[in-house]
Amino acid sequence: MTIAPSLSRQQPVSSTHPGPLLKVEDLSIEFGPEGTAVRVVEGVSFSIDAGAAVGIVGESGSGKSMTSLAVMGLIPSPPGRIATGRILFEGVDLLGLPRSRMPEIRGRDIAMIFQEPMSSLNPVMTIGDQIGEAIKLHEKMGREERRQRIIELLKLVGIPDPERRLGAYPHQFSGGMRQRVMIAMAVACNPKLLIADEPTTALDVTIQAQVLELMHKIRRTLNTTILLISHDLGVIADICERVIVMYAGKVVEDADVKTIFRSPKHPYTRGLLQSIPRLKDENTRLYQIPGMVPLPGTIKQGCPFFPRCPDRIDKCARETPPLLEITSQQKAACWVSAGATS
Amino acid sequence: MTILPGSVGTLSASDDIEHAIAPEPGRTALLKDMLFGQASTIFAFSVVVIFLLVAILAPWLAPYDPLAQSVLSINKQPSWAHWLGTDQFGRDVLSRMIHGSRNSLLFGLISPALAAFFGTILGVTAGYFGGVVDRVISRVVDLLLAFPELLLAIMIAAVLGGAFWNIIAVITVAFIPGFARVARASTLAVKQEPYIEAAVAVGLRTPTIIIRHVIPNISAPILVLMTLWVASAIRLEASLSFLGIGTRAPNPSWGNIIRDGLNNLFGSPWPIIAAGFAITCVVLSFNLMGDAVRDVLDPETTR
Amino acid sequence: MLYRLADAIPTIWLVLTLVFIAMRILPGDPAIAALGDGALPEQLAEFREKMGLNVPIWQQYFNFLIGTLTLDFGKSYMNGAPVLDLIARNLPYTIQLTVAAMILGTVIGIPFGVLAAVKRGKLPDSGMRIFSLVGYAVPDFYLGALFLIGFALNLRWFPINGAGSGFFDILHHLFLPALTLALVKAAFIGRLTRTSVLEVLGKDYVRTARAKGARENRVIYRHALRNALLPLATGMGLSLLATLSGSVAVELVFNRPGIGRLLIQSITERDYGVIQGGVVVFALMVVFVNLMMDLLYVVIDPRIRVK
Repeated sequence: MTIAPSLSRQQPVSSTHPGPLLKVEDLSIEFGPEGTAVRVVEGVSFSIDAGAAVGIVGESGSGKSMTSLAVMGLIPSPPGRIATGRILFEGVDLLGLPRSRMPEIRGRDIAMIFQEPMSSLNPVMTIGDQIGEAIKLHEKMGREERRQRIIELLKLVGIPDPERRLGAYPHQFSGGMRQRVMIAMAVACNPKLLIADEPTTALDVTIQAQVLELMHKIRRTLNTTILLISHDLGVIADICERVIVMYAGKVVEDADVKTIFRSPKHPYTRGLLQSIPRLKDENTRLYQIPGMVPLPGTIKQGCPFFPRCPDRIDKCARETPPLLEITSQQKAACWVSAGATS
Repeated sequence: MTILPGSVGTLSASDDIEHAIAPEPGRTALLKDMLFGQASTIFAFSVVVIFLLVAILAPWLAPYDPLAQSVLSINKQPSWAHWLGTDQFGRDVLSRMIHGSRNSLLFGLISPALAAFFGTILGVTAGYFGGVVDRVISRVVDLLLAFPELLLAIMIAAVLGGAFWNIIAVITVAFIPGFARVARASTLAVKQEPYIEAAVAVGLRTPTIIIRHVIPNISAPILVLMTLWVASAIRLEASLSFLGIGTRAPNPSWGNIIRDGLNNLFGSPWPIIAAGFAITCVVLSFNLMGDAVRDVLDPETTR
Repeated sequence: MLYRLADAIPTIWLVLTLVFIAMRILPGDPAIAALGDGALPEQLAEFREKMGLNVPIWQQYFNFLIGTLTLDFGKSYMNGAPVLDLIARNLPYTIQLTVAAMILGTVIGIPFGVLAAVKRGKLPDSGMRIFSLVGYAVPDFYLGALFLIGFALNLRWFPINGAGSGFFDILHHLFLPALTLALVKAAFIGRLTRTSVLEVLGKDYVRTARAKGARENRVIYRHALRNALLPLATGMGLSLLATLSGSVAVELVFNRPGIGRLLIQSITERDYGVIQGGVVVFALMVVFVNLMMDLLYVVIDPRIRVK
């Protein structure tokens, strides 16, 4: 398939900005009234290099979606608010920008696709208008030129007969097709960073595979940096080279995908891996991590995973482990993996 | 929650927030909060109590006979003798207002109660038995619901004329469709419940099932509607009396005090100002009370 | 769409039948009702002859249906004037008033409601709450009477009665009555707008619009408001009907000609011929407005358009 000129402007492999494209430092997010607020994200730090694909894995309530919304500046406020931290995009702290500057960045530099393709498109606008709006907001372009661009985008995401489908409304599309439209809308201005929050969760398995393939294609053709949020390690392994594991609002492990599958250093990550079904040993029962995820704000001290941890030691109950460097490729928030014994 | 194979739950952003919400207070605490928590509810409560007292004690409170005319004191401005002045027949406006409150109270309470009674019968019949009965009742109810209550009331009053029980009937009929629809919907929901099936299974007779099991379980929404419509009934009576098809002269009603006032615009504006203010305050207060009752009895439908 | 049009026919038939039953069965003998108890038998017979009441009831019913379909509403029992003429003379004034009130009410109500939703919990929102509480409670005829006393009688800015002739004169006469109805409408429409805009602002596609980089104004007016219009359309229909019934009292307050005043006058005079005509006209308007509402839905919501 040939890509039209307007879309072939890849993101340059080496950015003019030295250092990582996105750097999140000590990010904490609170919900509820001041004083009795609950921290749903606490002290999260990570960075993403230009051109990389990084995944955040964690279960519901782990704070992974809130972290991604914070990068977009879309935390519902009130009741939410960012309590501490910096979010550096190309070296500029997004949290320090005046409010009126964020819309310029959203959609142009950082774009996002959401979990619910069924409800994320405006039901009373044609999909052509919705994609066109994303372009119109950030780029000066003639009507006809914009139409051509929308058609190219629809071709790129694999929507058949794009000239005719332009005027269709979201309810005339299936869930998988709507997610393709969402992706077309997100990449319309060729963003540097694409955040995908559970892009396949609401879809059938076969459609999931197609959407993942499309993500690969986007990365190949546009060289977009990707931050993929998912509860599914398999999905992340398919797209990303590096994975960040979140648990109860904190980062518990950060390593590249191969390393994490080979030798996970946090007991929670190990639990996650053991609970993935494998074809070879179909007789063994799947592993379940005992216990439940603690509610945010209920952990007063110690490691948040302590109550469910099979390897816990006394120190874990007293002191919260920071993200410790195990090797140069791998960090984990675990006393035991870092060598502590009591 | 235990961990499912290969996944760690499905929901995301939304449930992060839910944890942060404080536990719900109990129902009594809620009731207390509703009645005394807000200034507006205290205001509403006070107005309603004053209104009830005035209506009940009208003969003892009113300084003059509301019907007594006097050629000597026509169109008097407010004074110590006549706090709200007098009208074009020399009648004391305050006394007419005080007696007029009785009409508002009577219509305000009787009509919604009667409408609730008949509407519930219709709605439960339609909902419980279904079939042709349901289709006929629903069709007529839908049709009547398409008409604003006031318009329906005017149309019925046009035919019936305006004696006391006729007005009661008019307002009642205007309200019945609303109750019938709610009762029908609630009955349909209740009918699905296992305890109705159980009641049928043990051989209870249909009337027994309806009275013992269906009605008690649909009473909450009906009660809520009833309190909300007290205000509507008071307003409707005032409107009909204003139009001259409700309470008839010389009997005082807040609506026809305004009607008389309009015929006497150059005489004194006070009857209009006073009666309209009273209607507005009382209707406003009953609306606020109705909202509070709804919040307590039927928390799910809150705004 | 055709289905909806077809659906209106049995509704109209049902309405007419109910009106007929109410008009012919309930008041007893219409001839006695019109001429009074003391009327002589010859007078009664003559009256029945003239008004078409001397044929069997089913034939009266049939004549009534045919008459309504051909816009022949019979004659006034009082002066024998054709009811259609009376209605045709009064209807334009009621339509003027209702349309003006709807436009004014919408123009005030929707922006106020949007503002209250966007500034939730702040001053405009409290203002909206008070406005809607009072608007729900104040009777339109009282508000009208206050305007009449204040602006027409004391300040003499507006005429105190009639409907005027010539464009500007008509507007001059129309302003106070229309404003009266419009303020009550605006309270209702504003509250409704606030609720539905708030609901829509929580939807996923609003988040998508923000994620695209749309600024807040664009999010509200391009994305939220258009979707909020869907529930609003129903509310506007209901409120159009409420305005129509409110026009009856307001016509009386401002001494304006109109269907409402015609109907009230005929009730006072027990002129069953005119009452029947007025009731039928109001009923037909209600059916018509409901039909228009359904059609409006089809225009606003593409999901209905395709089905």
